[in-house]
Parts: sequence; C-alpha cells; structure tokens
Amino acid sequence: MLAALFKFRGGVKPASHKDESTQAPIARAPLSARLFVPLRQSAGAAPLPLVRAGQRVLKGETVGAPDGNFSAAVHAPTSGTVLAVEPRMLPHPSGLSAPCVVIEPDGEERWIERAPVDYRAESPDALRDRLRDAGIVGLGGATFPSHIKLRPGAAGRIATLVINGAECEPWITCDDLLMRERAAGIADGIAVLRHIVSAERVLVGIEDNKPQAIAAMRAAVAGIAGAEVVAVPTRYPAGGEKQLIRVLTGIEIPYGRFGTEFGVQCFNVGTAYATHRAIAHGEPLVSRVVTLTGNVERPGNREVPIGTPIDDLLGLAAPRPDTDRIIMGGPMMGFALPRTDLPITKAANCILAASPALFPHAGPEMPCIRCGACTRACPAELQPHELYWFARARNFGKAQEYGIFDCIECGCCAYVCPSNIRLVDYYRFAKTSMRALEREKAAADAARSRFEFRNQRSEREAKEKAARLAAKTAAARQAIAGEKPAAAPALPPLDAAKKALIAAAIARAQAQKEGVQPKNVDNLTPEKQAEIREIEARRAQVREMAKTPPEEPV
Amino acid sequence: MVSSLLVMAGIALALGAALGFASVRFKVKGDPLVDKIDAILPQTQCGQCGFPGCKPYAQAIAKGEAEINQCPPGGEEGIRKLADLLGKEFKPLSAEHGVEKPRQVAFIDEAVCIGCTLCTQACPVDAIVGAAKQMHTIVAPLCTGCELCVPPCPVDCIALVPVAETVETWKWKYPVVQIKVAEPA
Repeated sequence: MLAALFKFRGGVKPASHKDESTQAPIARAPLSARLFVPLRQSAGAAPLPLVRAGQRVLKGETVGAPDGNFSAAVHAPTSGTVLAVEPRMLPHPSGLSAPCVVIEPDGEERWIERAPVDYRAESPDALRDRLRDAGIVGLGGATFPSHIKLRPGAAGRIATLVINGAECEPWITCDDLLMRERAAGIADGIAVLRHIVSAERVLVGIEDNKPQAIAAMRAAVAGIAGAEVVAVPTRYPAGGEKQLIRVLTGIEIPYGRFGTEFGVQCFNVGTAYATHRAIAHGEPLVSRVVTLTGNVERPGNREVPIGTPIDDLLGLAAPRPDTDRIIMGGPMMGFALPRTDLPITKAANCILAASPALFPHAGPEMPCIRCGACTRACPAELQPHELYWFARARNFGKAQEYGIFDCIECGCCAYVCPSNIRLVDYYRFAKTSMRALEREKAAADAARSRFEFRNQRSEREAKEKAARLAAKTAAARQAIAGEKPAAAPALPPLDAAKKALIAAAIARAQAQKEGVQPKNVDNLTPEKQAEIREIEARRAQVREMAKTPPEEPV
Repeated sequence: MVSSLLVMAGIALALGAALGFASVRFKVKGDPLVDKIDAILPQTQCGQCGFPGCKPYAQAIAKGEAEINQCPPGGEEGIRKLADLLGKEFKPLSAEHGVEKPRQVAFIDEAVCIGCTLCTQACPVDAIVGAAKQMHTIVAPLCTGCELCVPPCPVDCIALVPVAETVETWKWKYPVVQIKVAEPA
C-alpha cells in the first residue's frame, strides 16, 4: 500500500503549535458590515472591474472578469450593494493600494443562479474555462490560477496528480480541518482535477502529525481508482510544492519550469475543495477557511467570505493585550501586516497574533560566520550564505548564478542562523530588484527598437517623398516639352520649362481660390449679407488689380 | 636546411591563410563597444546628453568625444556602469545636462488637446496616438518620459507624471542593519 518515499534535503522541525486551533470545528465567520474585495487576487493579469458604485450584486456574481487567459475571475462574496470601486490598501508586505470593490452586504445572501454540472460529461477545456470563471486559484498561498496548471504541457500529459495536504507551516490548521470535515468534497474535487488531466495516479500527501485528516481522506478517496493517501514525515517545508512532489514521486522540478513538463502537477486540498464547489455546486470561490491563532483567547478556523476585514476576525478571536503584531500567513513565511483593517484575500490562510512571549524578537543581526548551518537546512539545496553575500553586495548576476530564483523563501536558513541574519529579506530584496532590472531592460530594448524603427521610417518617408517629387517634376517637364516645343527659343530649355511649370502652378492656385464657395452664409440677417457682398466686391477688385502687371516705378 | 625552411614557410603560409580566412569569415560587424555602451544607456532618447538619441551618444562616448556623465535618466548608476565598462573614473552627473528624476510618463489632458499632431512628431518612440484635429493620447507603457513632447505643445496640455509603484513592481527594501543602543544594565 505504502509507496516508497523519497526525501528532500534540509528542512527544519519547529514546534508545530497545531493543537491550539484544532479543538473546534470550522465555524462560519459572521458577515461584516463592509467587504473589500481586491480585484487582483491571483498571479497573472488583474481582472477587469465589471461593476460600478450603486450597483446591486448577488452572491457569486462576477465583479472582476479575467483579463486574458492568465487571470482568474473575482466574485461578490455576498449579495448587497457596491459602494465603490476604489484603490485600497492590500494585505501585502508593500502596504500599497490597488483597486478593490467595496460591498455593503444586504444580509440576504442571495445567490446567483448556480449551474452545477456533471464533470464526467464535460470536456477538459470546458472545465478549465469554468474554473477560470469561478476564480479558482491555488489556495495554499501562491494563488496561481488553477486552470493554467491544468493545461496539458508540450511534453505530454500529467500522469501523476499530487494533492497537497501536508500543511507543514507551524500554527496553520485550515487544511487539516478541511480534510477532517469535508473529505468527501475534497475527494470529488480531486476526481474533477483528475478527469481534466486524465491522470493515472493521485497521491495525497499529508504530514504524519495529522492522523485524523489522514484517516478521513483515506476513507474519502477509497472509491477513486489509483488514488492513495500517503503520510509524509513531518518536517518543514514538506508542504512546499517542489518538496512534496519530490518526496512523493522523486521528481525534481527546476525553477521556471512547470510540473506539467515532468508529468506531475500539484494542487492544495483547499483548491480541490473549491474545485468541487465550483463544478458540483456551481459556486464560485467566494470564501475560504482561515486559521485564527497565536496569542488569542479563542483560536480556531473560520470560513470567511473573501473581503472580510481582518479587524472583524480579530474581534472573533480576541487577541490578548500583549499582542504586538498581526502576521498574515505562518511564522516562517508570513509577514507582519502594516494595518489590520485590510481584507482577507484568497491567499490568506492564517491570521497569527504574535507577542514577544510567543515569538521572541531575534537578537541583533550579527556578522555571518560561515558556519554552514543554513546550507544544511536549505531544502532547495542552495548555499544560503553565498546568496546572502551576493544579495548584500547587490551582486545580482552572481546571485543568479548561485540559483537565487530556486529559493522558495521558506525561511529555514534564517530559522537556523546563529547570527540572526534575516536571510530571506536579503533574497527577497535581490529577487525583486532583479525582476525590476529585467523589466527596465525589456522597456529599454522596446524603446530602442521603436526608436530605430521610427528613424528608419522617417528616412524611408523622406526618400519616398523626394522620389515622388522628382517623378512629378519629370512628368510635368515632359508634358510641357511635348506641348510647346518652341515656346521661347531665346531662353535655355530648362528655364522655359521651369517658367511654364510656375505659370501652371499659379493658374491652378488661382482656379482653386476662385472655386471656393463661402460657407455658413445661410440664415444671416440682411445687414450681414449686405456686408458680405461688400467685402466680396472689394476682394474681386483687389484680385483684378493683382492681375494687371504693376507699373514700373519711375 | 632547405627542407626546414620550406616546412617553416609552409606553416607560415597555412597559418596566414587560416588567419586571413578567419578575419573575413568572423568579421565583427559594427563596433561592439558602441553596442555595449548603448545597452547601458536607458534608451529614453531624450537628447539631454546633447546627441539625437542614445545610440549617437554611445557612438560619441566610444570615440571619446563625449563624457560619460551626460545622461540624466541613466543617473548615477548608469554613470557607474559606464565607468566600469570603460575603465574610467566615476564622475557626478554634469549639471548642465539635467538632473536625475524618478521614472515618469507623459500625460495629455485630453480636454485641452487641440489635435495639432506636433507632439506625435516629436515623440522619439511613437508612443503618442492621434490624428489632425483629433484628440491625442499617450500609450503609457511605451512612453520613456523623455519630455520631448512638452515644448512643441501649443496649448500646454502635456504634463509628466511620476510612475507610481504598484504591488507588481514593488521591490523589497535593502535590509538595513539596524543598530540599537544597548540599554544600561
């Protein structure tokens, strides 16, 4: 029954702290007075807003349409009125703002017309489109649009589907509770995902510190042929996508490549459940399970509508007075929120209240002593201390050579560092700086090619104009030469031709001038018309004067 | 004696032929130094350096006719890279050529625009769309913020706005080492 397990190198074993939030079943969070639904909640292009202020929306109504295929829709999490579509601060380490749909719920929770389908009768393409339009993205935290991951690769089909229920990060238990309580739904979602890619094998990886989840999932997937629940050793970051794929299949996926190319693809259990809701119930992704834990009186898991302010959730969990910061995500990979009035997004798996007692502040950063502890802990088999030096020296080329983009930012290196160096911050700095440089370079290259093209075009246009003019002159000259072979024998033929050309041009211009009809002269008063006539007469007189040759000055 | 001379002459001829062939076959077209310099320049095509575009400035630098500190959009970092490439001393940006500004793009106040097409003719990267007596607008992703469209506008409807950071373009800050004063025991 048990497949032979592979191993990933490195990793750490922090205290798991899972029990705090697994004592109570998943509860529904009450509806907030206002919901702030960010339009951009997934990797790829930001969806286009479909609603405007004052509009009434139903629960599950699309408020943001996917912009292109590499994008996922966003929906109203409840029925109500759109108050505004405006930029608001996002729960993001930058603390920057982006467009959000502000919804005032009416409390009726009226759904749109839901259209459940039988996935067995649908084509994989139709199902992928459905997932995109239902806003299904990776709920493990990366929010990568699922329909993109389900596309068949050039190298062939996806033979193995890995379902990620490892949930390795301390404190977070939303996937654990979801597997315990909604295993049947997850299993149905797995069946849908499997149908789309026609995978032969499904491996559900769950860390062995979740026996209840393992039992529930084993029972649920029993009916699916080729599906197997595998207990993986508890070691952070076993739930990293690459790490779990490696443990279960032995396949190692390098940076920048899709699992599809290697015949394997990985989905979170939450994503599988959301897929089940989208296909079997016709419900788009409008809520997710969020773990509220840490330094709080009432830890637990809540099913939270997307867009619920974190403040309201903290009200439910009641943080203790010594809480000094609120972390979104887990203690290893999460970030401290700049404010707490920010909304829950599809990426938010955990809201963690931190206190100096629970998470003692690391001491001051000391110099790197090259002890190599980080290298032993790195699950991506990198050399974190080298990357640290390069990032610190802004030597990005060298950092790339040492594989900085293979870093999954799991934080193991910083966890073991005896010098308290916040290593991941350096890597994030280096990575985002390098991406910015790449963007700048692409923009400069585009500007260069456009500039060169423009120069080429203006050169070509000048040449063409000169050629046209030359041809025209030659043609005119020929015509005149043909008409009057002996117009003015005294003058050299070139001058005669030139004069004739000029005379012809003057005649043309005059004919044009006289041919012009005055505009907007109807509906005028008789006085105005008289005035116009007077002016026209004066003009005619001037024209006559111009025609007679000027008298020679004496 | 003669045979050795012949052998040496033969080798010389063969090597000479090989070199001659290589110099024709692997001839480098254009000046590679100009391309290297051009790759460092920001391609704003603003002409603040005194040359009509980045490539002419790169050519002037390669010939030694221009200083490396004449490019305000490239800024200090650009000058440093040029100094590294050319083995020259770093020198601060020359004030007569302008000042370094954050990245900006042009914005046309469409209500004021009279459709004179003067800005489209001035734009070095064709980033302005419009026709005679029709409203003009900037294609923001293509705009380099060179400011060349501003002086020709007869109605002063073009403004340059700094490009705001978004969640996608945001960069993590350089992790500053904070030094705290120890509390007296």
